[in-house]
Amino acid sequence: MISDQPRISLLGTSALLFEAPGATELATQQRIWALAREAEAWPEIREAVPGMNNLMLSFSSPPRRCEPIETRLREAWQAAMPLPVDGRLIELPVVYGGDGGPHMADVIAHTGLDIDQIVEIHSAPTYVVYALGSHPGYCYLGGMDQRIATPRRKTPVVSIPGGAVSIGGAQTGVSASDGPSGWNTIGTTAMQFFDPARDPPALLRPGDALRFRIAEVIR
Amino acid sequence: MIEIVTTGALATVQDRGRDGALKWGVGSSGALDDLALAAGNILLGNDEDAAGIEIQIFPFQARFTADCVFAITGADCAATLDDLPLPPWWRQTAKAGQILNLGLPRQGAWSASRAYLCLGGGVDVPQVLGSRSTQMRGAFGGLDGRALRSGDRLRAGPANNATKHVSFGLSPPALDLPLMAGDLPAVRVLPAAEYDQYTEAAHHALWNDVWRVTPQSNRYGYRLEGTPLLPVTPIETRSHGIVPGVIQVPPNGQPIVQMRDAQPSGGYPKIGVVIAADLWRLGQAPIGSRIRFIRTSWDDAIAAGEQTARWLAEARRLVDLHCGWTRSH
Repeated sequence: MISDQPRISLLGTSALLFEAPGATELATQQRIWALAREAEAWPEIREAVPGMNNLMLSFSSPPRRCEPIETRLREAWQAAMPLPVDGRLIELPVVYGGDGGPHMADVIAHTGLDIDQIVEIHSAPTYVVYALGSHPGYCYLGGMDQRIATPRRKTPVVSIPGGAVSIGGAQTGVSASDGPSGWNTIGTTAMQFFDPARDPPALLRPGDALRFRIAEVIR
Repeated sequence: MIEIVTTGALATVQDRGRDGALKWGVGSSGALDDLALAAGNILLGNDEDAAGIEIQIFPFQARFTADCVFAITGADCAATLDDLPLPPWWRQTAKAGQILNLGLPRQGAWSASRAYLCLGGGVDVPQVLGSRSTQMRGAFGGLDGRALRSGDRLRAGPANNATKHVSFGLSPPALDLPLMAGDLPAVRVLPAAEYDQYTEAAHHALWNDVWRVTPQSNRYGYRLEGTPLLPVTPIETRSHGIVPGVIQVPPNGQPIVQMRDAQPSGGYPKIGVVIAADLWRLGQAPIGSRIRFIRTSWDDAIAAGEQTARWLAEARRLVDLHCGWTRSH
């Protein structure tokens, strides 16, 4: 049974994790953004980091007692109204398939769709940036059509390049730099998502929206 | 100030870590043995956020290109300066041209695997997003966002003016603050969100079995080997923020403790978290060594942090006494 109450747990003495109840959805995420904005102003909190319908609060120093902050967090959640972020719409040209999409065949095999159907379904929605995480500049996106959901790979790929557009389970994302991944790469884009010399260093923020534009399909 | 002569892979510039960038997907990085780096900085009268060099593959050799005060902490690596043996956890002066050599860590009075070379004034690389630590995945911070190579030259910042030619050392925390369970080194753990969803057998194994540090362990994570930890039913979690110390359990049941280069988010279930005050112990556990987990409480975990803070305060006091520095704290 899915609880209708949020869950709060400790991440050692460094942080705590707040998890919203219910299925993953945008309205809940908008409340998470509101909660993050409020909690990051609390003196005992160093950073408020949204995840997928959850929020990590790192401590500036571990509080003597955790109960007061947990109570405050629950109350703030009850009061939190969805924060509609006036995000930007970013368009990413994607080359689907070919050398830049080495796992397209696996997605075709799993879904039973052909490459044109997969590209059409993947590039149709406007994806919302729910949160950043994983590696510098990486975005967790909401809104993928579940017809193209494909399980993570049994053996992770040692390194996929920055710009790789991939599907992992029910989610899709774009790698911001080279690194290991268990997701299925179906295409590639040239966008630079992170530059430590920029302020802010990450191109995208929670609440921004992303569209994949078909630059080319290599069959 | 120094030039790297020989280094194995993965020697990096690290400070105490990068705070406040998690929301951009940037993990903390920082010294795996933060206590050893802090002690090195204390020995030299450096700022607490000064950077040093973390060395984990030996031998390591560097040439001083200018007169310099330095300290080596962490593993006892049979260090020599122009073939003259140096005691571990010691502050020392080098003349331009002298060669520092670090050999394999000795598993003697204490067991450790990483050494820290600290320079008076700290390693002078630019701060990026508030830290000098090398961010390997993002390829920034440290020296050009990468591990050190032979021929690299590193400068030190302005050294503490009160520095005198004093030879002085500290007793390492591995001796002052030992933590054993039975006959093995141990770290304290607080249960995490999915703890209750594991079987009784998994709970028993977590607290009572021996965990071997496998060769697939590095600054990103320590992959441990032991009795597989299995959940009562498969666990699905949504991607969420994590911190160094989180013990993730992938479907094969073999736990991975996230370390300082860990990514700032993850989706594997978490059975527990190694407390921040004990992460340095794990960071020094050699590949192939065996450790145990000790279940702890919030209050005891806070007390452990305070004990570490007291050790550092005492180190500052001793160094001040010996070196005649006057500082505000």
